[in-house]
Amino acid sequence: MALLQISEPGQAPDPHQRRIAVGIDLGTTHSLVAAVRNGVAECLPDGEGRVLLPSAVRYLDQERRQIGFDALSARSQDAANTITSVKRLMGRGLSDIANREAIPYRLTGEGGMVKVQTAAGEKSPVEISAEILATLRFRAEDTFDDDLYGAVITVPAYFDEGQRQATKDAAELAGLNVLRLISEPTAAAIAYGLDNASEGIYAVYDLGGGTFDISILRLTQGVFEVIATGGDSALGGDDYDHALADLVLAQAGMRVESDAEKASILVAARSAKEALTDAYTTTFRAQLSSGAVAKLDITRAQFEEATRPLTDRTIAAVRKALRDARLKPDELKGIVLVGGATRMPQIRSAVAAFFGREPLTNLDPDEVVALGASIQAHQLAGHKGAGDLLLLDVIPLSLGIETMGGLVERIVPRNQTIPTAMAQDFTTYKDGQTALALHVVQGERDLVSDCRSLARFELRGIPPMVAGAARIRVTFTVDADGLLSVGAKEQGSGVEASVVVKPSYGLSDDQIATMLKDSFATAQQDVQARAVVEARVDADRMLLATRSALDADGDLLNAGERAEIDALMSALEAARSHPEAAVVEAATKALADGTEAFAAERMNRGIARALSGRTVDSI
Amino acid sequence: MNLNDTDFELFDVPPTFAQDRDAIDARWKALQREAHPDRFAAQGAAAQRIAMQWSVRINEAYQRLKDPVKRATYLCELHGAPLNAEDNTAMPGDFLMQQMEWRESLDDAHDEAAIDRLRTEVDAARARALSSLDWLIDEKGDYPAAAQQVRALMFTERFAHDIEVKSDALGQ
Repeated sequence: MALLQISEPGQAPDPHQRRIAVGIDLGTTHSLVAAVRNGVAECLPDGEGRVLLPSAVRYLDQERRQIGFDALSARSQDAANTITSVKRLMGRGLSDIANREAIPYRLTGEGGMVKVQTAAGEKSPVEISAEILATLRFRAEDTFDDDLYGAVITVPAYFDEGQRQATKDAAELAGLNVLRLISEPTAAAIAYGLDNASEGIYAVYDLGGGTFDISILRLTQGVFEVIATGGDSALGGDDYDHALADLVLAQAGMRVESDAEKASILVAARSAKEALTDAYTTTFRAQLSSGAVAKLDITRAQFEEATRPLTDRTIAAVRKALRDARLKPDELKGIVLVGGATRMPQIRSAVAAFFGREPLTNLDPDEVVALGASIQAHQLAGHKGAGDLLLLDVIPLSLGIETMGGLVERIVPRNQTIPTAMAQDFTTYKDGQTALALHVVQGERDLVSDCRSLARFELRGIPPMVAGAARIRVTFTVDADGLLSVGAKEQGSGVEASVVVKPSYGLSDDQIATMLKDSFATAQQDVQARAVVEARVDADRMLLATRSALDADGDLLNAGERAEIDALMSALEAARSHPEAAVVEAATKALADGTEAFAAERMNRGIARALSGRTVDSI
Repeated sequence: MNLNDTDFELFDVPPTFAQDRDAIDARWKALQREAHPDRFAAQGAAAQRIAMQWSVRINEAYQRLKDPVKRATYLCELHGAPLNAEDNTAMPGDFLMQQMEWRESLDDAHDEAAIDRLRTEVDAARARALSSLDWLIDEKGDYPAAAQQVRALMFTERFAHDIEVKSDALGQ
């Protein structure tokens, strides 16, 4: 594989435009931000030199909060207001949360979406995650002493629509321009593949704090093609902590009641787990609120035995992903371990036993995802030289429509390369039926009740016909972020309806807007001033894009077309310093609309070029 | 090049049933290198939309070209012999007999060895059907006969899927 060449920031397409793009790994236990600096991807440390930010937010009162290490250190004393592992709540309803009684803070479920009761009132997982993301954003902005152009945020490959949308909402709430959501194993593969200049088929086994992913990828000449993916978005290192805590409590014949006790037992379980990575025995020790100390010796064998069902679940998912990929374990070139939980010896030996070889561990399993995301972010920000990298990712779960009898008709099968659009024709079942209720679901099971409900919408105004005469084409479109929109059109009359899937547990645009208004992101700044700044950034972005497009492919335009675009550019240059955001936005939109045909022509040329490139090769 | 070109034109391969899978894979990646939305991430919403259309179209063509059954279906459609699989379920008697025998064998299979025997048999039947498609399409150009063969293959594929489901159930 060609090694990735990464330009200096100063050598970006426009030397005056230094675009800082970061990769963010928003993890269950901790989060990181990384960026490509001087051609090298690296994690950015905080003021004290630490790259890991514990994914913990503590609400002290309405105004004050602590994030990261400060929040974590108070975890045992103020368990109810210290939110950890919030990633497990993303895009979820209250009833989806497994092992709820073990969580040391209070959940509520008003309106379907799970929330946490804190000293600052009810907080949604999206808001809590936004605090973590904003902390990383400020860290990056301090590091570069500049605003960020955008960020690539990683999500578990096995995250469904609702979880992805919630993650994107959180990033927007934190004031980040989301360049792309990419899956964690794919990000890890980028870092690994580029580092080791690898070719061939690799498996990425990613056991994080709260999620498990397995991805099978083919690496060829800078193309990272995901062949199959699988996993469990509610299985991670946290579950090993809980299993160890349960083991101790059972052996000691104890019960915990208070949130504070739950929290200290979990903290003790985590340190015992970590100790057992290097040692064969350790002493579990937790201070209880009564003042008593729970103390017990634990061996690695006991721990491995107690967590074997968890480890077996991961291996079952690996087997299924390999079957989806139509591959046998020995056809793989290597297995990459990602996620802090893969430090546990039982994981390494289970993976080695399944694949019949030792997994690769030469990159830090905590950092590798953020590093890969930063390389992708750097490229998406338009830095040339990194042009050899292309991700072809897939959707992890099938998407479909509810049909008569509560059955699912699958429209997009899992492991389909994105972006994709797939359609299926449906019809009416009653004479004179003029409306159709569409229920969009995600999952592998045949019954709607076993799948996740994503959205409902209606197609109205179908002309009355006999049952079965209408031809309603339902089209599912999944974009490069893995986000879905659905359209329905009656072919005869042309009536149509569509919905951008904002899953039942996501946030509406209005809610986002309200939160943005209320949030830290804008608290210190005048909303209007911020809007103008953002409009100018967009205008500059659009001008830059148009200028580089004209440089590359200006010959596609005739004189008249060129003059029109030049006029739109001059108009935008004049408008960009206008004090009202709306004026700047309108001029930006005019240029975007006016260059659409040109953009299409350029795309055609790109495809044609790819074709002729092949013809030359084959001569 | 435009979005309405056939899959074969888009991928610059001959419009035949026989295809070189490696060439199709390589071509897919080359085309996505040009058209994927990531290539235009810094160029605004309009470019994203157009890139998305192309990228979706390339993926659609790739899915059809790489899968022999979908490829044959597509060739039959292009040559005026659509499958109409939903409305056209009449199959020859001996074919249906064999399907019934397979179903019974699958019901009776209670270990991985029995599943494997059945899998081998179905794989062989599938290979025979594919080579007959090769002949019907590329040699004789008999698309109605090819469409009938593809309908039969769909039954076989469905059965192969059921074998894997059963194999899973046994494995757990």
